[in-house]
Amino acid sequence: MSKATSILYLDGVSVSFDGFKAINNLSLTLDPGEMRAIIGPNGAGKTTMMDIITGKTRPDEGEVFFNGTIDLTRHDEAEIAMFGIGRKFQKPTVFESQTVEDNLLLSLKGERRGFPALFYRKSKDDAAEIDEILGTIRLEARRKDLAANLSHGQKQWLEIGMLLAQDPKVLLVDEPVAGMTDAETEETARLLKEIAKTHSVIVVEHDMHFVRELGVKVTCLHEGSVLAEGTLDHVSADKRVIEVYLGR
Amino acid sequence: MILARFFAGGFRSPLVIAGMLIILALAVLVPVLNMAVPAGSPFHMPDYLVPLIGKYLCYALLALALDLVWGFCGILSLGHAAFFALGGYAMGMYLMRQIGTRGVYGNPLLPDFMVFLNWKELPWYWFGFDNFAFAMLMVVLVPGLLALVFGWFAFRSRVTGVYLSIITQAMTFALMLAFFRNEMGFGGNNGLTDFKDIVGFDIAAQSTRIGLFVISAAALIIGLIITSAVINSKYGKILAAVRDAESRTRFLGYRPENIKLIAFVLSAVVAGIAGALYVPQVGIINPGEFEPANSIEVVVWTAVGGRGTLVGPIAGAFLVNAGKSWFTGVLPEYWLFALGGLFIFVTLFMPKGIMGLLGLARRRRPSPVDEMSSDARADIATNPAEQEQ
Repeated sequence: MSKATSILYLDGVSVSFDGFKAINNLSLTLDPGEMRAIIGPNGAGKTTMMDIITGKTRPDEGEVFFNGTIDLTRHDEAEIAMFGIGRKFQKPTVFESQTVEDNLLLSLKGERRGFPALFYRKSKDDAAEIDEILGTIRLEARRKDLAANLSHGQKQWLEIGMLLAQDPKVLLVDEPVAGMTDAETEETARLLKEIAKTHSVIVVEHDMHFVRELGVKVTCLHEGSVLAEGTLDHVSADKRVIEVYLGR
Repeated sequence: MILARFFAGGFRSPLVIAGMLIILALAVLVPVLNMAVPAGSPFHMPDYLVPLIGKYLCYALLALALDLVWGFCGILSLGHAAFFALGGYAMGMYLMRQIGTRGVYGNPLLPDFMVFLNWKELPWYWFGFDNFAFAMLMVVLVPGLLALVFGWFAFRSRVTGVYLSIITQAMTFALMLAFFRNEMGFGGNNGLTDFKDIVGFDIAAQSTRIGLFVISAAALIIGLIITSAVINSKYGKILAAVRDAESRTRFLGYRPENIKLIAFVLSAVVAGIAGALYVPQVGIINPGEFEPANSIEVVVWTAVGGRGTLVGPIAGAFLVNAGKSWFTGVLPEYWLFALGGLFIFVTLFMPKGIMGLLGLARRRRPSPVDEMSSDARADIATNPAEQEQ
């Protein structure tokens, strides 16, 4: 796989915090339209990897390219978001004091400057898009409710909806089903598979049932680098993966 | 067209409309009770009360300005009195130049304190202040520019929370020390006073005072309409999003530093206008206005009224200052203790201020504004890490 045809390309990336190597010579390539699941024990560097891609953390060395041409290490969070990389956090972070609808409105792709927002009027297109996303994440009935009053699972979906509203090319989704009921987990798998039809997606997840449900290529991280990569069956058969992560 | 729609945002909340009506009633009643009702009548309003209530109106506008950044954007500015004082000094400089030859030394160009200091010519920064329009431009430009530069550096370096509060406090303290110096050319310790007239009207005349009072009330109503329109716009939603989860907005592509800067500059300009209306009504502006304690008092008014609401800070400014006027008459030495006690009491037992009490009264129908402020407070209380990011 080459840099030119990839949507996301990480090569030889390392970063350390106070001497601790959180990411160690990590290489990973995501093809356009691909969905990838990342697994690995706590402290394997999964979240740090997302921080590097989204510009929150600068790598000490290595290359990070988006679309084969854009060097992400030279841009900050807001610019990277505008290129089309959206991120869902591990802990659901929605704007709790605002309605479900307004959360989506704030996420809708487009103008991000303050002054035009003073005179913004919701257009038909924007309203239609919000309706469509509310349908996808099945929160139509709660559109006027404050996000703070949603259940944990619904907050996760709202955040996925906010990602969709951004219409990114790549979605980074950190532990979407942590703390969800089985029914909610299934629903989330359906939602992500739906999204993967039109977007490139990276999902970080601990829940192996959920990963199996997704049925995509899996990368196992350990101590900041790739331990194994391939189908879930291939990866879970790997001796080292069993040792450090799955347990004997 | 766009502006009309923008301002229509100001007429959404019944509380805001009620607040505007009360201020309007005040603007009509006070002049009538003072001028039209004969002095012997029990309904007559004594002359001294007019500039006193006018002063409260200016304080209310200042509290509203602070609430825009504190209540709606989570920026606890402990230096807002600096913007107020700068607006006041710009107005004071205009009033000084209106004195002309009527000063003690009769110098047509130089204010008395400059003659006294043996200055031979007017410093360059005093030029133009004899022109009313220029002075009014400076009233908005000077606080606005200071807020722009200060905010640009502070927000860009991602200084938030208590650290930001401390540097705003340092800003007003530094300005106070600077204005105390005679060499600065702003009258040093004594400040600017002995004003004679304003745009041709005698500043001590009761009719002028009534005029200033009505203008202050109008400024407060306009300020209320503008802030209400701002917080009800999409920008207001972004502002609340930045307040509640600043780092999250970055990943949506927003630049929180720019979003905050707009509110901060707007707030400073409103504070400057409040200061400019204040000075002709009290007749003096001196470096004491920059005192850190003054800025903290503004925070107390806002907290007492209810931060994150529009009417709250206005009510708070009126009540606390009326209380101060009364208390300093009865037990002057204990006022600061009472003020401190009030702040502690409100923070502990009335986190939503007076507006929170109103909210309790109609609990069945909680307003979104009440919810918003409580969430923001909970966010700060439980999640300091988010604030530091």
